[in-house]
Amino acid sequence: MAEMVNVRINGIETEVEKGTTILQLARKLNIYVPTLCAHPDLRQAGACRMCVVEVKGMRTLQSACSFPITSEMDIFTTTAKVRKVRRDILALLLKNHVGECQTCKRNGNCELQRLAAEFGLHDYLYGKRTERRYSVDDTGYAIVRDPDKCINCKRCVRTCSDIQAVGVLGTLYRGADTKVTTFMEKNIAETLCVNCGQCINRCPTGALTEKDATSAVWEALEDPNKHVVIQTAPAPRAAIGELFGLPAGTSMTKKMNTALRLMGFDRIFDTNTSADLTIMEEGTELLIKLKKVYIEGMSKDEAGLPGITSCSPGWIKWIEQFYPEYLPKLSTAKSPQQMFGALVKTYYAQKMGIDPANIVSVSLMPCTAKKFECERPEMRDSGYKDVDYVLTTRELGAMIKEAGIDLPNLPESEFDSPLGLGSGAGLIFGATGGVAEAAARTIWYIVTGENVPMKNLEVVPLRGFEGVKIATLPKIEKTAPGWEFMKGIVPKIAVAHGLANAKKLMDMLKAGELEDVFCIEVMACPGGCLGGGGQPQPTSPEIREARMKAIYEEDRHLPYRQSHENPYVHQLYEEFLGEPMGELSHKLLHTHYCRRSRRM
Amino acid sequence: MSVIYSDYNVGAGLSKALEMTPEQVIETIKESGLRGRGGAGFPTGMKWEFARRAEGDERFIICNADEGEPGTFKDRELLRDMTPVLLEGMAIAAWAVGARRGFIYLRGEYRYLLPVVNGAIEEARRAGRLGSLKDGFEFDVEVTLGAGAYVCGEEMALIESLEGVRSGEYRNRPPYPVEKGFINMPTVVNNVETLIKAAKIMAHGSGWFRQYGTEKSTGTKLISVSGDVAQPGVYEIPFGMTIHELLKMVGGLGAKAVQVGGASGICIPSEEFSTRTIAFEDVPTGGSVIVFGPGRDMMEVLENFMEFFCDESCGYCTPCREGNVVLLETVRKIRSGQATRNDVDLALGLCSTMRLASKCGLGQSVPNPFESIMGHFGDEALARAGERR
Repeated sequence: MAEMVNVRINGIETEVEKGTTILQLARKLNIYVPTLCAHPDLRQAGACRMCVVEVKGMRTLQSACSFPITSEMDIFTTTAKVRKVRRDILALLLKNHVGECQTCKRNGNCELQRLAAEFGLHDYLYGKRTERRYSVDDTGYAIVRDPDKCINCKRCVRTCSDIQAVGVLGTLYRGADTKVTTFMEKNIAETLCVNCGQCINRCPTGALTEKDATSAVWEALEDPNKHVVIQTAPAPRAAIGELFGLPAGTSMTKKMNTALRLMGFDRIFDTNTSADLTIMEEGTELLIKLKKVYIEGMSKDEAGLPGITSCSPGWIKWIEQFYPEYLPKLSTAKSPQQMFGALVKTYYAQKMGIDPANIVSVSLMPCTAKKFECERPEMRDSGYKDVDYVLTTRELGAMIKEAGIDLPNLPESEFDSPLGLGSGAGLIFGATGGVAEAAARTIWYIVTGENVPMKNLEVVPLRGFEGVKIATLPKIEKTAPGWEFMKGIVPKIAVAHGLANAKKLMDMLKAGELEDVFCIEVMACPGGCLGGGGQPQPTSPEIREARMKAIYEEDRHLPYRQSHENPYVHQLYEEFLGEPMGELSHKLLHTHYCRRSRRM
Repeated sequence: MSVIYSDYNVGAGLSKALEMTPEQVIETIKESGLRGRGGAGFPTGMKWEFARRAEGDERFIICNADEGEPGTFKDRELLRDMTPVLLEGMAIAAWAVGARRGFIYLRGEYRYLLPVVNGAIEEARRAGRLGSLKDGFEFDVEVTLGAGAYVCGEEMALIESLEGVRSGEYRNRPPYPVEKGFINMPTVVNNVETLIKAAKIMAHGSGWFRQYGTEKSTGTKLISVSGDVAQPGVYEIPFGMTIHELLKMVGGLGAKAVQVGGASGICIPSEEFSTRTIAFEDVPTGGSVIVFGPGRDMMEVLENFMEFFCDESCGYCTPCREGNVVLLETVRKIRSGQATRNDVDLALGLCSTMRLASKCGLGQSVPNPFESIMGHFGDEALARAGERR
């Protein structure tokens, strides 16, 4: 039983567990305390001082976010003193916050702007800088930094180092010159940034945003000579509603299809189709590795076990930089986005009789790293740039608004064929553990001839937000012909989300602690793609949980739940690709990686 | 009359302390009324007691030798002449608290004292005043160098710096260093002078110490006197001395104002010289006394102080990072004859925000010089500026 402490807050007598922060207590009692540097995903900072409160008997005000209650105390959250200080702090932050709200991507969704409105600030008490001090860094493919809008809350710094184990952002200089920047103030493109965009998700202002693709997409849509197709990933569907005032976890799949049609996209396809292909390719690849070990007697290490998933481009760049010695274990299967891109300009173009040169291939992703991925030189196997433009969920939301489309009240409509049908297995790629679960469903079926022995096909041990999961599946008792060597094996799968967790898993692998694990799934972002860097702001564990529920709920109601059941996947192999891991598959659906130095 | 320069056989305080239980040592220090000589004046015995009682696998004693307050140079003298006694003080604190390791965090600019300090450590080890001191009690000390940041004299920042982290980041009080300090273990951070005095108190007794000073500020204080005086230097004075007596002693009568406690201290104008005393309950100081003669422009002095704080703020928390600049801008406006009464009032209002909301002592004490110099000399400066216009 935790030790309890008596406290009074704004005159309300209550009891809290020792160590609870004043902010936690206030939130529990629904007492509003304004914050800027505090974030539910991050360790406390106590930097902005917006959340200061008065504690009776203490000379100075205390930052509620960082103050642990350890003894009886009397707290006041809205005294005149407190309000004056908060107004001053806002005025001080606004003084050097250069940039006009009207031309900012965060207009209407900026925490600093919201606080200024809440406090009814009607002038710049301490003045306002008008000339820029810094320049905008838009050298990267995914992330744009505008340091003049930065308020030094360091959420991005904590995100980059603590959640993502990357650490390209840090603080330089002192006093008023203090700035959040990259190592040696290099351009973001020259750093170890993996483009995950988690910093964007947590930035309270417009200091961090994604590289804009909306203008290019509008231009393509307006060009009568272009055939514009869009593939949409599963995670944006569970989140885009948030941009239109709907609660997190409102599934918008079919309304979004209608919106995309209204905007002028010629075909609306489903990335889940190629996610199913990914499972076929990656699953087959894993089974070949297992055969090498159990039939040919090759060592697990030589055979490339445990197989590591390759769908998450932030993760790919991270492992290329930090654990390049493990690249041979990485599946060579491209991510669903890039498989899709390669097929659109080959299979689809041929089938429709369209010159691939006239196809503009757009993808809607929850992800900023996908913007980097589609620019990789390896991603031109169709003979063209396989994916031309990547839109984040936020960017599409902005485009829908600009087009004057009332998304929440649209009628529903379906995807187009032939690349518009995905299974539930493809859909759950959007959540951490989802790729592993999709693979488990199909591999189990191939090896045993039966469905995975889980209620509703739900591989529960792979689900949930625990940072590192190691799931043990039931022992394989029965095998299909040809797979007898798998009899008696207890498959183990490891899953990590967020790159700091991935680092833990990689270190376990390095230490030889994952000997009997077949497969490792890593998604770069917390919660998986549903928590991607291109998803609506804000983010929190609760928001991600709601999105996850929406994804699993949708899976439950789809006609096909397993990748190998998807009739379009069969059609694709029959009409075009041949067989999984076959020659054409190899050319279009697989890739290679490069060792990147961790030095700059 | 002297505490620091009293007759003393090196080792005497430590042997006395080791004959006692840690609790008795703490009790003696508490009885002496010794308060931190770095400036804040926290009761030393209490600090040791808190650290002793705090939970932790390890405990640490840190000597804050990052003497960076403008106009302070008394620890420099102590380090040069009395490091053996300082090490003894650290060992006594270690025995009282239950620490096995200590650090001297030496100001970067005092690098030239490194051989002296390291030599004293070597000597103490040879003489058995460091190392294995008693059955089951070992204590050793190492020196780490600061790199020139003023804020690292603030104990939380000092600890961060010692850990190799950018100073001033993330760590908030509470928990205090006595609970979670260096590597999150109970840690005592004491000033050089405090630790030397602790050793002397152990040797001579708490009553001997209490004969100097006032009820609330017992003992003596080393002060570094600089500025418009005939005899600048380091002096030992009993607490309770008036500014006037002090000025008389150093040849500074006729001064316009005295800044006590360094840039972050307060400014005393001449009309208060005979009523204000150097003591924690009146005008506290870590040791700096800067004397300004009649010809000095106090707004120039304030501008200089504010430039210093703008440079030295670590930039982590909003009030200090942004507030200092506003204060500096205000002083410059006054000096260029463009300020109004309203500008000054706004800046004074900001001072109260900085004092209330800054994360550490740096931002919290910037208002000291600003308010006191502006309070005593602001009107005159505004009027002058008005005339000029």
